[in-house]
Amino acid sequence: MIAPLIEIDNISFEYEQTKALEDISLAVEEGDFLAILGPNGSGKSTLLKIMLGLIKPTKGAIRLFGVDAKNFRNREWIGYVSQKSNSFNSGFPATVAEVVTGGLVKKTGLFRRIPKTEKANVKEALEAVGMEGFMENRMSELSGGQQQRVFIARALVAKPKVLILDEPTVGIDHRNVQSFYNMLASLNRDKDITLILVTHDVDTVTDRITHVACLNQTIHFHGFKDQLHTMSDEQREAWYGHSVRKIHHIGGSHSYD
Amino acid sequence: MIEAIFSYEFLQNAFAAGLIIGVIAPLLGVFIVVRRLSLIADALSHVTLAGIAGSLYLSQSVAAFAMLNPLFLGIAASVAGSVLIERLRSLYKHYEELAIPIILSAGIGFGAIFISLAEGFSTDLFGYLFGSVSAVSREDLGIVAGIAIIVLAFIRLFFKELFILSFDDEYAKASGLPAKWIHFLFMIVTALVIAGSMRIVGILLVSSLMTIPVAAAMRMGKSFKGTIILSVIFGEVSVLTGLITAFYFNLAPGGTIVVTSILLLLLVICYKKITVSMKKGAVA
Repeated sequence: MIAPLIEIDNISFEYEQTKALEDISLAVEEGDFLAILGPNGSGKSTLLKIMLGLIKPTKGAIRLFGVDAKNFRNREWIGYVSQKSNSFNSGFPATVAEVVTGGLVKKTGLFRRIPKTEKANVKEALEAVGMEGFMENRMSELSGGQQQRVFIARALVAKPKVLILDEPTVGIDHRNVQSFYNMLASLNRDKDITLILVTHDVDTVTDRITHVACLNQTIHFHGFKDQLHTMSDEQREAWYGHSVRKIHHIGGSHSYD
Repeated sequence: MIEAIFSYEFLQNAFAAGLIIGVIAPLLGVFIVVRRLSLIADALSHVTLAGIAGSLYLSQSVAAFAMLNPLFLGIAASVAGSVLIERLRSLYKHYEELAIPIILSAGIGFGAIFISLAEGFSTDLFGYLFGSVSAVSREDLGIVAGIAIIVLAFIRLFFKELFILSFDDEYAKASGLPAKWIHFLFMIVTALVIAGSMRIVGILLVSSLMTIPVAAAMRMGKSFKGTIILSVIFGEVSVLTGLITAFYFNLAPGGTIVVTSILLLLLVICYKKITVSMKKGAVA
């Protein structure tokens, strides 16, 4: 049996004596498209950072590709796209191609130049997100949605097996959110990239994902999205507090437009 | 002029050092500007002043310092300043910019004390403050060349890491780059360039050679590499024009170099304005 790509075993995380995460266990298998849902302050970003190995949990263990996170060396297998709004220097004088090439830093290793042969990969990554026509444009000329696609291309260029996205649609024009998620779904389907996504866009995302994890310090539900309706009202209440109505129809057969 | 450069050793030194600084100051300057560290360059140049003034003062009383090139103590002070700035920045996490005025005034404070203690080195000091065409010795040139080799090697080895770090430091950390170490090395290399450029441009104007050519290049450059190349071209034009005018009219080169770079910047801004409005006109 193949080990899960990411396996979180009973972890907790405390931040300055406040519990941010408690007794979380979660496994992500190859090919999953997992959405981590939860209200503000539920620990979603913290959980992602733990998956990326950026912070260590106070308790519990993480295995990445079957290896203990401490000994995991193939960081380029896990791509990461952060929230656009609070990262990146927006006036920076770089072209789209230069930014995407930057995604090869870790794969290339210290003291080495990024080989010219990677140019084809940069183009391919931009094609996968539908941005190949913008290679020589400066980042500052693009819209928020286009910039976010470029950041996904930057993550894709190192050919990751897993892509982790932290609220990738923040700052994207509402009309473009649909096509953005379609693009993610096709990466999952056609390129076999396992996706883990933290988001608020509950309504938009449910059509494309395979799995859901409902997080609020602890996991209130984790499984196929079709089983989400088995969550009782009490469980939903415990997970999301008062604003349950908004996500009530997840797992149903609604169509979204 | 060309003949003069070849016939006088002091002019050879000044022009060779100028040509080198014209490359390394704007080259490193691109990273300083995009990382919003421009003011740190200013703080470090004032710390360099303290080191040089200290060395000049000690040279009057301690025999060992009379033999020592004041640049060395300037370099040491600048590097120490860069380390202290980093310490202060992590101490005042929410007020990182506070480190700059603290270090800057500390530099001037110590500098002022050493200068008043020594009393007698006003001509030397003028050269250190505003640059000098005649004061660059063979040894100074050697130091500048050594610094240039370190800078070029550093940028060659860490170019992609510096690029990522400047563009998006959260991503740099997420991809597991040793961001702290690279930043630390970057600060030390910056301190070296400031100390090295000071002989030609002068302490008070060093940071301008790292920022003004870059400011002009950022308006024109289509890519990051293009911006770097343009910065170096603007830097070289400023240094050469500035040195020639300084020599002919007996002016401080720091002044002529900086004024040239400001004129270049204004030209670029006007050129950009005109081309943009012409494009708009063509579309309409």
